[in-house]
Amino acid sequence: MKILVHELGAEEFARQVEEEFAHFVTLGTDFPQAEYDRIAAYFAPPPFETGLSGEIDRSDPAFALWVDRQVAAHKAPGYAIANISLKPIGGIPGDISAEQMDLVADLAERYSFDELRATHAQNLVLPHVRKSDLYAVWQALDEAGLADVNLDLVSDIIACPGLDYCSLANARSIPVAQKLAERFADIDRQRDLGELKIKISGCINACGHHHAGHIGILGVDRKGTENYQLLLGGSGAEDTTPAKITGPGFDEDGVVDAVERAIERYRAVREPGERFLDTYRRVGMEPFKEAIYG
Amino acid sequence: MAENPLRFRDDQQADEPAVSLGAFLEQANANSVRIEAGDDVRLLIPALDRVRLVEIDFPRFRDGRGFSSARILREAGYTGELKATGDVLLDLLAFMRRCGFDSFAPDSPIDPAEAELAFNRYPHVYQHAADPPDSPWAVPIWKLRHA
Ligand code: SF4
Repeated sequence: MKILVHELGAEEFARQVEEEFAHFVTLGTDFPQAEYDRIAAYFAPPPFETGLSGEIDRSDPAFALWVDRQVAAHKAPGYAIANISLKPIGGIPGDISAEQMDLVADLAERYSFDELRATHAQNLVLPHVRKSDLYAVWQALDEAGLADVNLDLVSDIIACPGLDYCSLANARSIPVAQKLAERFADIDRQRDLGELKIKISGCINACGHHHAGHIGILGVDRKGTENYQLLLGGSGAEDTTPAKITGPGFDEDGVVDAVERAIERYRAVREPGERFLDTYRRVGMEPFKEAIYG
Repeated sequence: MAENPLRFRDDQQADEPAVSLGAFLEQANANSVRIEAGDDVRLLIPALDRVRLVEIDFPRFRDGRGFSSARILREAGYTGELKATGDVLLDLLAFMRRCGFDSFAPDSPIDPAEAELAFNRYPHVYQHAADPPDSPWAVPIWKLRHA
């Protein structure tokens, strides 16, 4: 597809799509409103209770920390969205044991209208939790080792299965994620760094979306050994940008060091309130290159 | 010529060999044409009323351009025989039919009984395609639901 767009040019490609679409409409392939309604009914919001309290009892400080990082606002009054981190320091990103999954399923059944979602960031979401139930949910998660407080922080790393599991891989992803998370394990340091999305792919297929990471790592094969390219400045959010390669690649430990040097440079030059990505956009690649390659 | 068990038409088979698209357009009395994967089948549309057989070749199963060629011809009103040749595989048959093919000459033979199973695997479809009017697929599921 990208080759076709390149050959035709975006405008001509769009013109041909429009032309084909106009033809398509004449074929009567559109379904009627009744079918639309039938399908939409499956996605009706659950029967939210009204008159619930909007208060969260934050007297347990560990719980309050979790609420601040993992819980998001819900459109229905009295409800909240609870993000479950599957990124314990040193763990495999996105992994969950059968016992933990059973527990999460129970929580979904009991507290979230039987609904549980998996995110592209390799975490889970209980989408409709009563605020008054959050403490009970957190206690259960905490007991099961599922109450990490690192959503969107530097240790909330997306990593593809890589060479450990994937037959297409050039390099391993998981050990790099584990080493990075261990390097930045200190939660105060993580919170100080703020939102920072690291994404790792074990080959150019980009299942880890490294090209959309604030910091991206791409495993390549260099003469039969694993090598890692480092990329900066990507975003998969509303302000999409593709990340750019910093320069020559690294071995496994080298890339972890290089990430740390880039992050330290960010800390040195950031302005108040700036995320890593914002600073990169303001100052450009050069200062980071200098920090990384010396 | 022996009956082709994977031909789903009652009319007489065209009796002349199919010629290339270029040759066909030059020969005003030809009635059978052979479409290669890269050919632009739209060139054939002005001449459709003299066509009795279109063979569309699939050089490799992963080259899907023949599907579009078939659909384009059917949507342009072609009612003659549309034959898929080459790397035509069992699991493609049903989709080829939906694109308008009504006969098949695979390089490696397909058991007609298995072809029958493949055609009957899914009784309903979501979307109208170049299905023959007497096919169960001619009516999408939403029309049946909300009749
Ligand atoms: S990016 Fe490559 S190595 Fe990673 S899961 Fe995808 S195909 Fe496998």
